[in-house]
Amino acid sequence: MTTPLIERPPEATAGAAASPAPASVAASARVIAGRPALLEDKSTHYCPGCGHGVIHRLLAELLADLGVAERTIAVAPVGCSVFAYDYIDVDWVEAPHGRAPAVATGIRRVRPEAFVLMYQGDGDLAAIGTGEIVHAAARGERITAVFVNNGIYGMTGGQMAPTTLLGQKTTSSPTGRDERLMGGPIPITEMLAILPGVAYAARGTLADAASIGKLKAMLRRAMEVQVHDAGFAIVEVLSNCPVGWGMTAQQSIDHLQTVAQTYPTGVLVDRLKAAAAPPAPAAAVSAPTTAAAPAPSSLTLEPATAAEA
Amino acid sequence: MASAVPPRPAPERVLMKGNEAIAEAAIQAGCDAYFGYPITPQAEILEWMARRMPELGRVFVQAESELGAINMGLGAASTGARVLVSSSSPGTSLMAEGMSYMAGSEVPLVFVDVMRGGPGLGSIGPSQGDYFQMVKGHGHGDYRTPVLAPSSIAEAIALVADAFEIAERFRTPVVILADGTLGQAMEPVVPAYRNPARQVFDWAATGATGRRPRVVRSLHLKPEDLEAHNEHLQAKYRAIEAAETRWTGELLDDAELVIVAYGTAARVARTAIRRAREGGLRAGLLRPISLWPFPSAPIAELASRARGILVVELSAGQMVEDVRLAVEGRAPVAFHGRTGGMVPTPDEVLVSLRHLWAITAPRPPEAGRDERPPRRTARSVPIEPSMRRPASTPEGVDEPAFQEVWR
Ligand SMILES: Cc1ncc(C[n+]2csc(CCOP(=O)(O)OP(=O)(O)O)c2C)c(N)n1
Ligand code: SF4
Ligand SMILES: [Mg+2]
Repeated sequence: MTTPLIERPPEATAGAAASPAPASVAASARVIAGRPALLEDKSTHYCPGCGHGVIHRLLAELLADLGVAERTIAVAPVGCSVFAYDYIDVDWVEAPHGRAPAVATGIRRVRPEAFVLMYQGDGDLAAIGTGEIVHAAARGERITAVFVNNGIYGMTGGQMAPTTLLGQKTTSSPTGRDERLMGGPIPITEMLAILPGVAYAARGTLADAASIGKLKAMLRRAMEVQVHDAGFAIVEVLSNCPVGWGMTAQQSIDHLQTVAQTYPTGVLVDRLKAAAAPPAPAAAVSAPTTAAAPAPSSLTLEPATAAEA
Repeated sequence: MASAVPPRPAPERVLMKGNEAIAEAAIQAGCDAYFGYPITPQAEILEWMARRMPELGRVFVQAESELGAINMGLGAASTGARVLVSSSSPGTSLMAEGMSYMAGSEVPLVFVDVMRGGPGLGSIGPSQGDYFQMVKGHGHGDYRTPVLAPSSIAEAIALVADAFEIAERFRTPVVILADGTLGQAMEPVVPAYRNPARQVFDWAATGATGRRPRVVRSLHLKPEDLEAHNEHLQAKYRAIEAAETRWTGELLDDAELVIVAYGTAARVARTAIRRAREGGLRAGLLRPISLWPFPSAPIAELASRARGILVVELSAGQMVEDVRLAVEGRAPVAFHGRTGGMVPTPDEVLVSLRHLWAITAPRPPEAGRDERPPRRTARSVPIEPSMRRPASTPEGVDEPAFQEVWR
């Protein structure tokens, strides 16, 4: 990992890598960041500099902050981040490629008390799983979706994704993405934001430490939307894939500025704000009541009916 | 807490449509959630659930596609819920992916396929053309799915409850394989509903409250790990074979010819057998109820004493391959099938029985030759290449009515 992934007090600069404090200051040293309790203490399988690890950390911090970790059922995609379940210590279900929104819907409906988190890549969400994401969003499923747009199919070796920039060379667009033959980048979060079921849609980026701070605020908001039972929430993250892009880690992080010209960052819709829901402190958050969904279905033994007796 | 199913009056004979009976049987078996997508001839399952499930405070979702439906099922069942998903042939093709993932991640779910004519969009008439798909794996990878094939509405009701029980006991998806006739027909039944006892699942993703997190997954990237997982699955399949091989026999004790047929085909065969016996031809029926595990042992046993075996299907010949594997050349195996939504008539089947009877007549022993009947080798002898069947067969006509005989 090249970029420190922790929130710093303003005086610490993004370039200053965390290093052990000299012995002379150790006594007065103050721990300002550590490994979040929910993040497994192991090195990940991600390539050096990959953004997935940063996002994992933010999620591990927020799940704990919001006090929802113990009732979280997360859905893992097919893509490099399928192994998210090896790193973030909550219950997970692994979905087939692109089907995470359907899997999450099933979980949501039978477990109204659960906090349902969904993690998808851009090939997963914006190509093979387009149908599933559109309809889960349209139904306003109470799901928090984290959509990692690295503009490429990382896991399978850097092929073109629906999100790949025009002109970008990939292993399946060796002369660059040609709009006439391959279409243009899909702004899928904008497309989803117009659906009434979507309570929150935003796009953040891992481009620099300040942006990561803003991204964390977006992710927090997207989680609060679910806690307040307000609807579907999605945060797109402009992430990097140094290996797939053929760049060094630093080049790939710098390149995120270019990516943001096609995919502007910011909040696209925030209907929680419109509804003026009171901010709920983490500890006081109670299980949401699903007005639209039927009452919780019991998983305990039903009493025998007369017909069975 | 979900509301309990309101107590019903004591069981009485009621007229029920197959699809509705299957749906209500699932409800009475404690089904927590149903996911589906409209397709004929199973749409009444979806419609029944759309009305009944919300009424009972349970979950009903009409998905955006069969891909959506089966994966919603996967998600809900991964949390330990009792889940029903249904479709018909074109839809079940889309569900193959989800079935493979559930087999791999050992998620229990009951899946109903009300088969219609194929391939492609085919027809909406009854068919048994999905036998290969359902019995030989459905999706990709090395796995088996228990497949239960009811041949009456009353049996469908009982098998739905059994299917939930098998699914949860063995952590596997289970298929109820019906056809359009069974789904659409109405029959008087005394519904014997059953709600199998709930197990405590130590694998379900329910939220890691006060315990280590759980992962419901099918990915095992290390070949050693995946092989170990596959060995575990195969051991489970052997246990299912030992515990859940189901079939019934009718009039087999003195049968010289045996019809092997399941579902609607078995009901046609039953009538043909009755008529054959009226004419002095001793035929019997072996009806597989579980198509996987397949009742190979009783078929092999019958083959060693019967004069011939006739397989009747609403297909161009699918289960017949498993029958031939079980028979292993011990007796000639003939096949009679109709496709495309056509159902064979009992008289058609009777003609095939008579023909099989004629061509399997024991030859008188020749002097100096072995007294035992000649050993039959399994070779395919097409005796009537045409798939066309006479619409009705005049009495006494002894034309070969089946496509092939293996002897
Ligand atoms: C049905 C199916 N098709 C294709 C694949 C192969 N596959 C695995 S990951 C992947 C793309 C992942 O790309 P993305 O979602 O962008 O995730 P990333 O690896 O970039 O994080 C593909 C096509 C698969 N596993 N399943
Ligand atoms: S291939 Fe790309 S997305 Fe995948 S781990 Fe490597 S850098 Fe990350
Ligand atoms: Mg990607």
